[in-house]
Order: sequence, then structure tokens, then C-alpha cells
Amino acid sequence: MKPVNDVGIAGWGVYIPKYRIKCSEIEAMWGFQPGYCRSLNVYEKAVAGVDEDTITIGYEAAKNALLRAKISPSEVGAIYVGTESKPYAVKPSITVIGEALGITPKTLGADLEFACRAASEAIEASIGLIASGMIKYSLVIGADTAQASPGDVLEFTASSGGAAYVLAKRGDNTVAYFEGSFSYITDTPDFWRRPRSPYPYHGEQFTGDPAYFYHIISAVKGLMESLGLRSSDFDYAVFHQPNGRFPLKVASKLGFPKDKVLPGLITPYIGNTYNGSALIGLAAVLEQAKPGQRILLAPFGSGSGSDAYSIIVEDGIEERVNLAPKVKDFLENKEYISYSLYAKFRGLIEKFEM
Amino acid sequence: MRKVYVVGVGFTKIGRFFDKGLRELFAEAAIKALDDIGGEKVQALVVGNMMSSSLGEQDNLGAVLADYAGLGGIPAFKVEAACGSGGVAVYTGYSLVASGLFDIVMVGGVEKQTEYPTRIVSKGLAQASDAEYELFYGISFTGLNALVMRKYMETYGLTRDEMSVWPVLMHKNASKNPYAQLPFEVTIEQVSNSMLIADPIRLLDSSPIGDGAAALVLASEKYARKLSDTPVEIAGVGLATDHIYIAYRDDLLKLKATIDASKVAYRMAKVEPSQIDVVEEHDAFTILGYMNLEDLGFSERGKTPKEIAEGRFHPGDKPTVNPSGGLKARGHPVGATGVYQVAEVAMQLRGDYPGVKVNGEIGLAQSIGGLGTTVSVIILRR
Repeated sequence: MKPVNDVGIAGWGVYIPKYRIKCSEIEAMWGFQPGYCRSLNVYEKAVAGVDEDTITIGYEAAKNALLRAKISPSEVGAIYVGTESKPYAVKPSITVIGEALGITPKTLGADLEFACRAASEAIEASIGLIASGMIKYSLVIGADTAQASPGDVLEFTASSGGAAYVLAKRGDNTVAYFEGSFSYITDTPDFWRRPRSPYPYHGEQFTGDPAYFYHIISAVKGLMESLGLRSSDFDYAVFHQPNGRFPLKVASKLGFPKDKVLPGLITPYIGNTYNGSALIGLAAVLEQAKPGQRILLAPFGSGSGSDAYSIIVEDGIEERVNLAPKVKDFLENKEYISYSLYAKFRGLIEKFEM
Repeated sequence: MRKVYVVGVGFTKIGRFFDKGLRELFAEAAIKALDDIGGEKVQALVVGNMMSSSLGEQDNLGAVLADYAGLGGIPAFKVEAACGSGGVAVYTGYSLVASGLFDIVMVGGVEKQTEYPTRIVSKGLAQASDAEYELFYGISFTGLNALVMRKYMETYGLTRDEMSVWPVLMHKNASKNPYAQLPFEVTIEQVSNSMLIADPIRLLDSSPIGDGAAALVLASEKYARKLSDTPVEIAGVGLATDHIYIAYRDDLLKLKATIDASKVAYRMAKVEPSQIDVVEEHDAFTILGYMNLEDLGFSERGKTPKEIAEGRFHPGDKPTVNPSGGLKARGHPVGATGVYQVAEVAMQLRGDYPGVKVNGEIGLAQSIGGLGTTVSVIILRR
């Protein structure tokens, strides 16, 4: 898809909680063979503290994005958070975030759900709103405190974190723009969580070939065909990162060398932040990219769907990088916790009040 | 009793099929088998399957599959003997033709596992054990085999690496098999260091979870030559059972049902183990690969791992064992496996097997339900 007016990125920001649990701690807890999670190319994951949730994570990431965009919150005409871990089943998270940032009340806003891909859908929707001239700026947040049943293999990766992007018309304060996009969604039930179920179910190997790989490959091939591009035309490739292995495998299938993927591969150090996953990866790439470079972004959400974007980096990006904490800063600011503290933080154990 | 021949074979690739259900898999195999006999009609259908009920919530499977495959309103029924369902289905189909009740019978086998999470499939498979005295206490099927493997290694003084030769040979054979689920080679080091499942059983000691379907057409002597230029005779069949609760058994290091079933089959076929050219046996786990060869009379107790390390049972030897790659690497679509085995041995003897070829006259297929609780042995002759 290509709008009549190009839309781009004016600012970006991330937030990753400082707590980390080593995967070896989870292995030992549940009796997995040592080295199991290393086979997933994941070493540790970020854990939200007791006072953190999707709203606080989304707020922090959005604050950083607004700092980089150098705009007044009141200029934002649409705010979205893509998440699958809303603190309230019914009651928007985005109104709390928008209020705290000073964006409300004259704005569009909604929480979107499409597993790990909802924030990407918000990017597509924002491109339409901005290109049509209905709004000037959109704030898109992808944030999660992902759940995993204790002892499930998902527990090695399900983590907490988020990313936010301020979008605007190309040339209107932007430092990168979307050259085009391609979306591909089907009814493929690889991962789900029913109402009143605290943890998701997943179809094990079904989450791979028919879900993650099929949808990402379909979206990326669709994008490259529509724009007449080849994998060699891209300088970076950022994919959804449910673990550290899948993005490298899908890159290989699509003909992207490893060195184009590694700069945006963050999951090995923080786990899978779901709606934040690919968008934190993109932020890491923007923090080192040079004007004129082309970035492939391909988020994925179970259920299933993927969007592929071609993003061209513009002049002026370098001076935005240091206006807010970088991905690298969040990776370095960490404190290891035990499984028991992790269990408390994530609500796996509860204190019994007399 | 009348003579019975295998006149048609057909099977699907074994794997994890996200786009094919139980019915589609069976129909694919059945149509191939019907094509193999020039499209002639079959008079009855026997289907081997273990878990259509526990996993797929589908009973009345014979009618379901006969209907879906377009076989009309013929007599059709399912035979269930856990993982040995396929072999017992062949045994039953043989009986229908040998008795004179029918002249042309299709024997199918089908299993669909990969739509379900491993914990559900593991529970379904564990129902092959004693529900009241084993399953109830939470042991998995892998756990039961692990008890036997540990005892075997301790009794015969075998190391982990010495035990690892079986998967290496199976994967090597499967690497040449176009329909195998795991057609790649592995090393002793990889086997010995693969993920621990139930000590001492590791991932590469274990057959994979997979989907697949196989079908045979069996015919009486009167029809065999009309339907095939290369009919293969079912020269002997044996079926035996043992205590399901392994604590009741005198000796954990042999499967009495294999010994009993093979004695009957050898006697009926008038052959000795030394005359067998090709064997397809039920190596659901490494330990069974060795014990089966000992129980079938091909090697001495506790010596099989070392013999295989020295080249015994490899392609070119007599017998060649599991040229398909066995359950370990060809794959183990549970209730279909016994039907695959007979189809494979029949193709070896008639000369059109697509993988590792064995030039021979006599072949044997052994299929096990549970931990040696139900065992069928079927001997084929060119």
C-alpha cells in the first residue's frame, strides 16, 4: 500500500523495565535441560516491576518519542496503543496514557488488539489519517507485559517493554518515511487466550511454519514485488522477534544476511516484548542508521498477520538520537532478580491477606 | 485357509501436515493403493488407528473413511491395538481374505497427531499403558521405556555412546527415504547429547510425533495375479499379547509377545530367522530397536548395540533392518505404522521400494502396541 502523500517518523522512544531474569534461572526452576533456552537464542528477559504495567510502559516510551519529535503533546491528533496485556479488560489504556502526557481531550484514541501486531495496525491506520490530512501527528505505542504459564516454554521469552512512534507527513518534521507497506492476514489460530484465562495457549510447532514464517514471508514478498525491490536493496531488516532464532531463520529464507538483522535483534537480551518486539528492534536500528539507508520492518501477530514496511532514513536523524534514552541505555541499565521475585512481580504468587 | 497376497500399496509422506486432516491423509493413501491395482473395487476396509477417538473425538472410523474415500457402502471397521493398530489391522485383513469371506480387502492405517499440543498427544499415547496401574500414577510412555532402557544398559554394561548407534543407523537409512519425516543424518555425539526426555532416553532416541496414512490391498490367490504382476504372499502371521502392567512380567529385557508372535509366524511361513532378508521393526525408542532384534531371533541378548556398531544389520547385510529408517527416522504415525511396514517390505520384495533397496525373497514386519503388550509379526514372501 502506498498513500497519496508519504508519511514518516518524527520521533521514536522505547522503555524496557530494568529487571532481568536469566533464562538459566527459569530452566533450573522447571527442570529443563541446561542450555534449552540458548537453543532459542535467548539469554535473559525483561520483567516489569510490581508498579509497572502496559500503561506505565506505554507512557514512558511515548514520553521519549515526543522528546525526539520535539513537538507539543497538544499537536497529536490520534493516539493508539497496541497491546495484548491491557490492565483493564474493558476501559481504555490509551486515555490514561493520553491524559498523563497532556494529549487529551481533542484527539482520536483506542487500544488495539491483534496479538503482537496491533501496534503495527495502528501505524497503518495512522498513515491513512495523516496522508489524508485529517490529523497532523499520530502517536503509536506498542507495549506489553506478556503472560506465560509458569513452566511453559513461552516463559523463556514472554517479557515486558514497549516502543512508541510519532508519525507525521513526510517533510513535516520527519527523519524517516514509509516508502510503502504490504499487509497479509489470515485466520490461522497459532496462539490465543480466552476470556478469564490468565495465560495463553499456543499450537507449539504450529506457531512456526504456518503462522510466523508463512505470514512474514508473504508480507515481505508482497512488499518487495509491489515496490520492485530485492533483499539486497535493504540495509537493515527488522522482524518480529518471538525468540532469537526465528528472525534469523526468516531472514535467511528471504535472502537477508545475518549482519542486516543483528542490529535490530534485541530479543536475546530482553525477551519478546510482544507489541514492542519489532518496534524496539526498529528503534535500535534508527539509533545507528544513516540518511538514505533503507530498512525493512516486518512485525507479526498471531492469529495471524504480518505487515511489511520499507522505511527510508532521512537527513536530521542523527541529532534526534540523543534527545532521549536509547535502546542501548535500557539494555545496559539492568538488575537481575531471582525466580521468586519474578514470580511476585508477575503475580504468579500472591500474598494471602488475613 | 486360503493364500493371501499384497497386491497394492500406497502411503503418504510422514510429517506434520497443517493442511491435511485424518480423512484427507487416508484418502490420499487409499487412492494410491487403488491406483496400484488398476482402480479395481475393494470389498471391505479394515483401518488401523489409535487416537481418532481420544484426540479427534471421532469414533465409527471405518464408516467415516470408507465414505470419505468413496469406497461405497462396503463393510468397514477400525482396529485398535495402541501403537500396534496397523499390524493388527493387517492381521485382521489377512484373516478376512484367508477365511474366504472376501477376495479383495483394503487395509488402511492412519493417524493425525499434530493438531494437538504435545501434552495432549503424550496423554493419548500413554493410554497404551495400564490405565489403572501405570497411567493413573502419571508415567508417560517414554517413562516406561526409560525404565527398560536403564535396566538394559546396567545389565549388559553398555555406555551411553554404545547405545547411540541405533539412531545413527536409522537416520542414515532415512536420509535416502523420500517419504521419511526426519531424512537427515545424525552422529553418536548428537544422539548422546540431545535433550534429555526421560533419563536415559534422549530426544534422538525417540520416534517423532507425526501424521501419515498407508493402505494395502490384500487379495486371494484367485485375484492376486489379475490385480498385480508382482503379488507378494503373506506367508505367515503371528499375534500375541502379554501382561499390560509391566510389573507383572518375569523379565523386562525381553518382550514375550514378540517371541510368541514370531514363533507362530515363522512356523506358519516355514522359515527360520536366518532366511529373512529384510526386517521392518517397531523401534519407537532406541531400546526397542535392540530388544526387537533379540526377541525376533536375529541377535543375542545385550550384544545388538555392539553388533550394529560393527556393521551388522546395515544395508547389504542379511537381514537388513529398517531400510526405511524405522519409527525413529522414517516416522511413527502410530496406528498407520504397522501398515507402512508391510507396504515397505512388500515393495522391497517386488523391487520398487523408493529408498534403501534390499534384494531379497523373504521379509518380516513387526508391530508393537504398548510396551510389548500386543505384538504382530507378519512374514512376506516374493
